[in-house]
Amino acid sequence: MQKRLLVLGAGTAGTMIANKLRRRLDVGTWDITIVDRDDVHPYQPGYLFLPFGTYSPKQVTRSRHRFLPDHVDFVIGEVDVIDPAASKVTLVGGRELPYDYLVIASGTSPRPDQTPGMLGAEWRRSIFDFFTLDGSMALAEALRHFDHGRLVVHIADMPIKCPVAPLEFTFLADAWLRKQGLRDRVELVYVTPLPGAFTKPIASERLGSMLDDRKIVVEADFLVEHIDPETKTLVSYDEREIPFDLLVTIPINMGADFVARSGLGDELNYVAVDKHTLLSKVWPNIFAVGDASDIPASKAGSVAHFAVDIFVDNFLEHVAGKPMTGSFDGHANCFIESGDGKGLLIDFNYDTEPLPGSYPVPYIGPMKLLKETRANHLGKLAFRWIYWNILLPGRRMPVPTLMSMAGKTVPTTTSSTPSPTD
Amino acid sequence: MPVTTLAGHQIHVDAEGFLTDPAEWDEDLARVLAEQIGLTLTDEHMAAVRFLRADFATQGETATLRRISTVGGIPIKQLFALFPQKPAKKIAYVAGLPKPHGCV
Repeated sequence: MQKRLLVLGAGTAGTMIANKLRRRLDVGTWDITIVDRDDVHPYQPGYLFLPFGTYSPKQVTRSRHRFLPDHVDFVIGEVDVIDPAASKVTLVGGRELPYDYLVIASGTSPRPDQTPGMLGAEWRRSIFDFFTLDGSMALAEALRHFDHGRLVVHIADMPIKCPVAPLEFTFLADAWLRKQGLRDRVELVYVTPLPGAFTKPIASERLGSMLDDRKIVVEADFLVEHIDPETKTLVSYDEREIPFDLLVTIPINMGADFVARSGLGDELNYVAVDKHTLLSKVWPNIFAVGDASDIPASKAGSVAHFAVDIFVDNFLEHVAGKPMTGSFDGHANCFIESGDGKGLLIDFNYDTEPLPGSYPVPYIGPMKLLKETRANHLGKLAFRWIYWNILLPGRRMPVPTLMSMAGKTVPTTTSSTPSPTD
Repeated sequence: MPVTTLAGHQIHVDAEGFLTDPAEWDEDLARVLAEQIGLTLTDEHMAAVRFLRADFATQGETATLRRISTVGGIPIKQLFALFPQKPAKKIAYVAGLPKPHGCV
């Protein structure tokens, strides 16, 4: 009898898996089905550029089926529930999809409904998100009419999709306002639940000083409880208040609701998996890959890409009844746009924070790590082509899957001794 | 890992002073750790600390504030009142557990 692999989600992780596994699993023995709710594949890193008019919507979306190979069944439908005990998925409307192996690759989404007051009268009037196509386009329109006041960039809570994106937005907004001759009339504030600009100390210090240089005020350790749309104010759990004229917020991010309905999710609907194999901690025939899992790595296409490389070989071993020998290390690398045609690059994993150095070739680059260069910016722009043409079709990328220490420098000086209350 | 002695307890800690071996912790030590960061523990503090310990024992990760609130039933607002400014970090410190990875 044919074996059935079912993939939920045709985004970055799901599409790469369908492509790579279709080449490795015999068509005569394995059926592969992939489900998504629509046929629009967004290039999500491009959302960052839409508000500033750098990209148009046409450049950041393609149809999903275009990136799926022959002999993969693409089903458009909304997942209702997974029944792991019966190994079947039910779609809204009642269609049932039985499986032998299931990959949950349904990602994470901004949830403005989770913060009281966010979806009130000011939503998409003075409160905007930019990690959706609609939100990003609405923000582009709002920026065109914004000529003075307090622009607040805000992160509701971690983890979020692409943790560097709010910083990039802030840098790009600063550069864009300068270009419009409006920077003197706008107060830029960066509000974060983290103790500083980023999650890891060395990068946080570097990025923090870049915010200082640009006269961007950082409000750290701010966990929003609600937004008052009447007074246009962010209010934190410890009763601090931050007023805004224009708020660009990253709402709480959560995994798909069907994960929760199926009893597979944690408090943010992420699937509990082993962080090295991505196999469910409960079910031996369910994996979660990409943003849908609870691994302690950045929620980013870059992590999905490196994780899929490890996952594919592991999956083949697993279905052959062998132990999985690949171990994902949490590897991520991200370009960080810093405005004025420059950018930074960071490269890190579960155990090693972003460090200065060169990438991908030690000492040569051409990219420089944790340093603003034009090459990094060009790398970021070039990546859109790479994403559509190399990454999604599952072709080999000329970079190592596991993080390498070659070409990285560990700074020797550490600042003052940290304490648990820093 | 540095070894340090706190009020007669010999413990292994990381660079920030967080315990690296949760087994070296007991409720008596929790009170000593709390004093280090200027807190006097009440039953309400201990409820959060005990939830974090129990959750860590089953999950292998330090719970986030959202998890303490949704799974442990202690509102985030109360956590901020009990452990001011940096509740996630402070509860983990007092509970002898690693920092939650949201703030790593």
